[in-house]
Amino acid sequence: MAGSSGFVDPSGSGRQWYDLFSRGARDWLRHNDKVRAAVRDKLPELIAGSELLPSADRTVQVPVRFLEHARLRLRDAEQSEGVGQGAGKPGDQLVQPSDGATSKGAGGNEEGGYQFILELKIDDIVDWLWEELKLPNLKVKSGAVQYDDYTREGWSRRGVRSRLDRRRSLKEAIKRRAVQDEGAAFTNDDLRYRQLAMRRRPATEAVVYFAMDVSSSMTENDRKLAKTFFFWVVQGLRRQYTHLEAVFVAHTVEAWEFAETEFFQVSGSGGTVASTAFKKVLDIAMDRYDPGRFNTYVFYASDGANFHNDREAAQAALMELGSLANYVGYVETASMAQQPLQSETALLFEHLEAATHAAGRHALSSPESVWDAIRAFFSKGAEVEV
Amino acid sequence: MNSALQGYAGRLEALAQSHGLDYYPVQFEEVPSSFMMEIAVYGLPVRMPHWSFGVRYIYQLVQHRMGHSRLFEVVFPGNPGRAYLAGNNSLQENTLVTAHVLGHADFAKNNSLFKRSQEQVGYRIVEQAAAHARQIGAAVEQYGQLRVEQVLDAALSLEAHIDSGQLLRRDRYPQYVEAPRPVQESGFQKRFENLPGSAEVVDAPLERSRAPIPPGPERDLLWLIAEYAPELEEWERDIFRAVREESFYFHPVFACQIMNEGWASYWHARLLREADFLPQNEYLDALKTHSDVVRPHAAEQQASLATNPYHLGFSIWESIVKEHGLTRAFQIRAEDDDFSFVRNHLTEDLAEELKLFRYERSADGGVKVLDHDIDALRETVLAPKYNFGAPAVLAKHIANDGSLTLVHEHDTDGRGLDLDRAERVLDYLHKVWRRPIKLETIDSAGQPRTVSRAA
Repeated sequence: MAGSSGFVDPSGSGRQWYDLFSRGARDWLRHNDKVRAAVRDKLPELIAGSELLPSADRTVQVPVRFLEHARLRLRDAEQSEGVGQGAGKPGDQLVQPSDGATSKGAGGNEEGGYQFILELKIDDIVDWLWEELKLPNLKVKSGAVQYDDYTREGWSRRGVRSRLDRRRSLKEAIKRRAVQDEGAAFTNDDLRYRQLAMRRRPATEAVVYFAMDVSSSMTENDRKLAKTFFFWVVQGLRRQYTHLEAVFVAHTVEAWEFAETEFFQVSGSGGTVASTAFKKVLDIAMDRYDPGRFNTYVFYASDGANFHNDREAAQAALMELGSLANYVGYVETASMAQQPLQSETALLFEHLEAATHAAGRHALSSPESVWDAIRAFFSKGAEVEV
Repeated sequence: MNSALQGYAGRLEALAQSHGLDYYPVQFEEVPSSFMMEIAVYGLPVRMPHWSFGVRYIYQLVQHRMGHSRLFEVVFPGNPGRAYLAGNNSLQENTLVTAHVLGHADFAKNNSLFKRSQEQVGYRIVEQAAAHARQIGAAVEQYGQLRVEQVLDAALSLEAHIDSGQLLRRDRYPQYVEAPRPVQESGFQKRFENLPGSAEVVDAPLERSRAPIPPGPERDLLWLIAEYAPELEEWERDIFRAVREESFYFHPVFACQIMNEGWASYWHARLLREADFLPQNEYLDALKTHSDVVRPHAAEQQASLATNPYHLGFSIWESIVKEHGLTRAFQIRAEDDDFSFVRNHLTEDLAEELKLFRYERSADGGVKVLDHDIDALRETVLAPKYNFGAPAVLAKHIANDGSLTLVHEHDTDGRGLDLDRAERVLDYLHKVWRRPIKLETIDSAGQPRTVSRAA
């Protein structure tokens, strides 16, 4: 027979343990971490996708599906049977067949309905992408300015809350409690704050030139690839190097310098005379960024179709550039071309490399290759040479 | 806790016991509705962490926000039983829920499937599950999230693959088998053996030989992996054992859902009807809750493509009590599961009264009413309940190199496995089995298809 049943009174003992955290939310966060990790692994393919265009608040939104924890189950049946309830005579058509193509088939869509939007900060993406990437051949330029910069150095008992070092404070608390019988969990004396100190550091100043062919032969797709490449390179370099100058040049049969925001909007028409861009870069270098003081990098994007009669001028300008620059990179937007890196322009860069200047070439044939190109250029020679 | 409810609860219990309801003491607890939602998601108040529960949690949250689901109570069998009531229930709702809980508690103590599973999990699944959660939390601390998750991915994907006919604590297979007995000597046998040229056959039969593993097809994949996976560490095996123990608890809940929900509904209706101590208006309010919960999915004039197990079970129990009396009903609740319950007691008259019909949904989305054939109706209701709701996948053989062969019995299931999911489950399994593993099924054309992972 039953014993006495009873009500447990939750109000008596104050807050219940289940108020303190939500296990559902915890597991949901873990799910999101997994989604994030999956997105992160696929970022190279995603970063050039159209759905990934950055919005004004420096985030990109990726639509993702919930992960499904797979179970063994039967294949969806061609026809499935069920038991219903209510008015229905044999032969009644309760639901009309839909137009075929869009139908999901019988059953099997119970948890497929929801999508959610994962918002990723551009800074985070850049962090992930650029984790191990550096400007190639970076040198400490002789006679360079020394920069005053804050570095972390030691701990202090006073400070602002944002610099509280929890780990260190906890250590102090443990040490104190080891010698006290009934010490409080934390006292003000346990708290340790990170200290910043102003220190002088040798500067590695750098200027990066982004030159892009915007002639009519560049298709919409080509331009998009080139701009995507430049966008993520700029983001990455800015994140990695605080003192970095970026110069944007676009050219058709002549070349212009643009501000960063305009550069990503620019489109042009007309023929292709690459030498104009190289000369423009040289001019700017001489004028504003002395290669003796600045580490100089040039990245040039084109579909490779340069005018034949520009060959000599372009080669000469490029060689001069090569002798000044730490590194010259060329990306060929070969989305249409059959043989990437066999073009007129590619030839110019081949000669540049042969002349033992630090240079590299890479084809941009698809969104995925944007990342390959970035990796190819920025994973070599990461050490600073003095 | 509202003192009015406490008073009602005591009198409802006395009334229930006077009818012969027999149950272990139940501890009632009012909890916030957010916690109710988590219980519904996890199936247990405190359960091991896994990201898949997070996904279910969000679905539940969305449905809840959209007002599609409301949970009044959840009961866990055991001694004592535990009942959680949603904190936002009204007094009237809680009165009904208390009566409903008593029905569940009686069912859990007396139904043979429940009894068997409760004996095995020691009448304290709530505590056991919390202990598993702690154990797995400790494993996360020690071995890291990724390693634990890898084991849970595999174990939980096989959650339904137990053999409820076996004991929770099972002995390992015998290591050796006796050599088959020599064939009985007959005159012919002797003459045959003595034919010229066959003299050198020396019979030195091995006394016993190493037994194959498993000796016959094995249904309990969780057990097989926990005990026989070649390279699992002990803490990993413990996770498989923890998941398996919880599956043993969940099995009767699944196998008796129609009966159990029906029984609790029958009793809350009956106890309320007879509770003359309830003020009239409170009785009416409680009755309204009853009709909200226990009602066919279809409104008056329409047809619904699903049946409400509360309503179906409730109607079958009412007809049993009417036809055969309460004593017989008590006996049925002790002996049956949903299979025998529906096959024996969902009568043609009742099906007609409930306006049940069978329908067919074709791939183009069209739905057509088929018939009212009672045998077919019963089987269609029961079809999703076979084998704990999972395809029949059995372990056939573990070879000397540790490679595992799983076989899908597609004949009994009628069609092959969903190959995409089978691939992914095999990915999970391969990470714990750590030797070659293959799964045999058939494809959509009915041709044999093997999904496999090399070492």
